[in-house]
Amino acid sequence: MSNPAPHSRRALPGHQIVLGDHDKLRLDSGIEFGPFTLAYQTYGKLNADKSNAILVCHALTGDQYVADDVHPITGKEGWWRAIVGPGKIIDTEKYFIICTNVIGGCLGSTGPKETNPETGKPWGLDFPVITIGDMVRAQTMLIDHFGIDSLFAVIGGSMGGMQVLEWCKSYPARVFAAAPIATSYRHSAQNIAFHEVGRQAVMADPDWCGGNYLLEGKKPARGLAVARMTAHITYLSEPALHRKFGRKLQNRGGITYSFDHDFQVESYLRHQGKSFVDRFDANSYLYITRAMDYFDLSVEFDGRLAEAFRGSNTRFCVISFSSDWCFTTAESRRLAHALNAASCNVSCVEIESDKGHDAFLLDEPDFHMVLSGFIEGAAEARGLK
Amino acid sequence: MTQTPTQTAATTPSAATPSDRIRVDLQLIADMVEPGTRVLDIGCGDGELLAYLKRTKNVDGRGLELSNEGVRNCVAQGLPVMQGDADRDLLDYPNGAFDYAILSQTLQATNRPREVLGELLRIGRKAIVSFPNFGHWRARFDLMFHGRMPQNPNLPIMWYETPNIHFCTVRDFVALCKDMDLVIERSMVLNESGSKVSLGSHSALANFFGNQALFMLSKKG
Repeated sequence: MSNPAPHSRRALPGHQIVLGDHDKLRLDSGIEFGPFTLAYQTYGKLNADKSNAILVCHALTGDQYVADDVHPITGKEGWWRAIVGPGKIIDTEKYFIICTNVIGGCLGSTGPKETNPETGKPWGLDFPVITIGDMVRAQTMLIDHFGIDSLFAVIGGSMGGMQVLEWCKSYPARVFAAAPIATSYRHSAQNIAFHEVGRQAVMADPDWCGGNYLLEGKKPARGLAVARMTAHITYLSEPALHRKFGRKLQNRGGITYSFDHDFQVESYLRHQGKSFVDRFDANSYLYITRAMDYFDLSVEFDGRLAEAFRGSNTRFCVISFSSDWCFTTAESRRLAHALNAASCNVSCVEIESDKGHDAFLLDEPDFHMVLSGFIEGAAEARGLK
Repeated sequence: MTQTPTQTAATTPSAATPSDRIRVDLQLIADMVEPGTRVLDIGCGDGELLAYLKRTKNVDGRGLELSNEGVRNCVAQGLPVMQGDADRDLLDYPNGAFDYAILSQTLQATNRPREVLGELLRIGRKAIVSFPNFGHWRARFDLMFHGRMPQNPNLPIMWYETPNIHFCTVRDFVALCKDMDLVIERSMVLNESGSKVSLGSHSALANFFGNQALFMLSKKG
């Protein structure tokens, strides 16, 4: 099942599969792409009638290690261990959970840091621009490989939620239940703007070398760190930052009249930026942020979002967080209204939290209660024991 | 003087088991709903009625609820409910999407009851509406002899804090239905404990003794 990837740079735990060898992946840009590698993790067992599979979709800087004990690079727990695991909300003893590193990513799936077979060099900026639709189309090839006709659920937060919605639009018959969390049907102008700041920071770093830093033996660490610092602010809320840091100083009695990291919040952000560059590829960051920017489910329906879901039998649970200013409740409600207009089965819940966008990754009991109820209700309707 | 709840006048017992008991007025609504239908419960609270209809009548039920807490509790039970209010959030639902649109004890809290009623019958083939009757003798008594706005177990909140902004009597409601050319398919008045009162629901007596009113409406033609 797990073919070794022909052009994988290092051995990572989990599975890799080469897809699109014969039937290539047709990208939204029009390019026929393949073969390509998808790296993925699975947890639990697929049942006999293949009806218990849940696809978990990761966010911008997430990866396939959703519920691992130890992440192969960071050494920390998988990013959604609060939700996914034995006896947890997404119960690995009951469901078969699949999580793929998105195409364009940098943890084993084909992306800009992997080798372009035509040149023998890293893809760099020759890698085609990918979209959320492309990510999902690549995932369908893996789901086909498992022989799964219909996923029990597709679940994800932020960019993962965009993939959830893309699945529901393009493959409604293959999704029984969908939980788009802290996400939107389109990337807002403000979010595109923040992404552009991040990309410009990367590209302004001389070590980016026009995208060829791998060939040059360099790494645009400073640019990527600044990109991460900016983005990280948008994932938090002012109250959360204030509670955590306020104006507290970093290991010093008073301000130093310098540009050293006097404030704890500065020190924290620098740490976030620094640790990010150890685990993420700068060009992947450009490509994946671009994919999010291009996402707008309503555009092919001339803005009539409801048309994207017309005739869908999927049950939806749209969840937002009150202090999330990246993906606001207002956006979620627009999505829910469109789902209503399409006569879909939809729940829409705003969770009170001051933890901002990142709340979906954190311990939020109300969120967990809602998600758990939704999944259990859907499992009952699906006849899953 | 008040109507004592008489067991005989209460609900026609459905197939419900004792553990399936729900609030008496909700039971009366549930009894109006045919099995296997599509229902939108507007102002569904903690989902008591929706859960009951799903359990006992295999109803495909959806809910709309103003309070975040209510929505959370519903979804946590696996009920499809979204946050929203009757004044604003009914517009998106397509015409005839439901067999029944239910508005229980909420009409008097809407900004535009007439428009909301119109929306119920655009979305649902039938509307089931219940509301507190301001024509009840005690409300009249409070106004006439105390000169105070009525307060009772059904209307416990002071005038300056109540979300109820559009009170009406049974006769007012009947007049509105007539004005809107709506068909009153069924109607009844309930006493304080929510049990049905055996009085002709359009009668002056019903308007005097009914604490709450319950109507099933449809459009003409």
